[in-house]
Amino acid sequence: MDAQTIIAKRIALELRDGMLVNLGIGIPTLVANYIPPGTHIFFQSENGLIGTGPIPQEGLAQARLTDAGGRPVSAIPGASTFDSAMSFGLIRGGHVDVTVLGGLQVDEQGKLANWMIPGKMVPGMGGAMDLVSGAKRVIVAMQHTAKGKPKLVKRCTLPLTSARSVDLVVTELAVIAYTVGRATLVETAPGVTVEQVLAATESELTVAPQVLSMKI
Amino acid sequence: MRTITLEDAVARIPDGASLMVGGFMGVGTPECIVDELVRQRKRELTVIGNDTALPGVGIGKLVSANLVRKAIASHIGLNPETQKKMLAGQMEVELVPQGTLIERIRAAGYGLGGFLTSTGVGTVVEEGKRKVEVEGREYLLEVPLRADFALVQAFLADYLGNLTYALTARNFNPVIAMAAATVIVDAEHIVPVGMISPDQVMTPAPLVDYLVSRA
Repeated sequence: MDAQTIIAKRIALELRDGMLVNLGIGIPTLVANYIPPGTHIFFQSENGLIGTGPIPQEGLAQARLTDAGGRPVSAIPGASTFDSAMSFGLIRGGHVDVTVLGGLQVDEQGKLANWMIPGKMVPGMGGAMDLVSGAKRVIVAMQHTAKGKPKLVKRCTLPLTSARSVDLVVTELAVIAYTVGRATLVETAPGVTVEQVLAATESELTVAPQVLSMKI
Repeated sequence: MRTITLEDAVARIPDGASLMVGGFMGVGTPECIVDELVRQRKRELTVIGNDTALPGVGIGKLVSANLVRKAIASHIGLNPETQKKMLAGQMEVELVPQGTLIERIRAAGYGLGGFLTSTGVGTVVEEGKRKVEVEGREYLLEVPLRADFALVQAFLADYLGNLTYALTARNFNPVIAMAAATVIVDAEHIVPVGMISPDQVMTPAPLVDYLVSRA
């Protein structure tokens, strides 16, 4: 199983029936593919849609129904649409139960950097700062390292997305939970040891008394 | 409200004007108004919108034609030309978190002196802004954002100017229609007064100044 699939499958287990959930682009989008059958999740797209469905079949795309990347999507029965002010009222107002975002770096306290690399990539923050500041629960979906360098760092060297700490980071190696400014290793992927995770991590991790195996 | 031709509508926009443009990656952008801005070569524009779309799409056309002096947007990542012009110093770009951008526009349109948000606290976004503590929580004071013109894409318009929007093409449109001195609307369909029921109206007629006629 590739890294992205492991991450997406594990995060899908965090979602419960009836939740309002916002998925970012990249790995987070894949989470929707692993929702257990019979579970109804309200997926929000911040351009103004609750009830985002799968990518439409060729020829059935509707030009005025798109996701936050501007790509055609479908809307499932029971969907609703609204303007951007309401969409971000939902986000800032704490009505979104879970947001899943990609990450470039997460520091020891759980602070996330995910929107720019100065001098290299300046795409803009889009809705990321509002989502991290406003959602009830923030989950980061990212690979454990980038070109061999740890992404779980002592201090972010890249500009932060929010002063608020994230709640959970899921990588292809491990699940790390952040509570009161402390990072705790709670799960490792099948076949991955605690030592392997620690070796690939720069930030200090508290190892949970009982580290579980990731259910994927 | 007056119904006018596309050419006349755009002729009212002077060089150097500030424009709020509806749309999200071009979806819900009045393309015909953008095309006419390019044809009439309106220069030195300040463009306010969610993003700068793609080259050849929506606001992207204004960027490519070198008509934009400054863009205020939340995301420019999908338009390499905007990034190139920004890094070369040919165009100013102010990046604003999306929720803060739309709420600044809403604050202007709703007559508010600003609003407090925790978005951006502890990040580069807080630079130069006043911090206010309310009930033990820290917020940034964000100020209203208004413009000379709002360029709105509606789905239905009646001949009084009542508007509806379609699906995710709504996005910034009803909000910018409250926040600009002059509101110019292009609608996919213009229908007789009474066809849009009162409960369906998303932008009430008195907000609209000009409706582009469909020749």
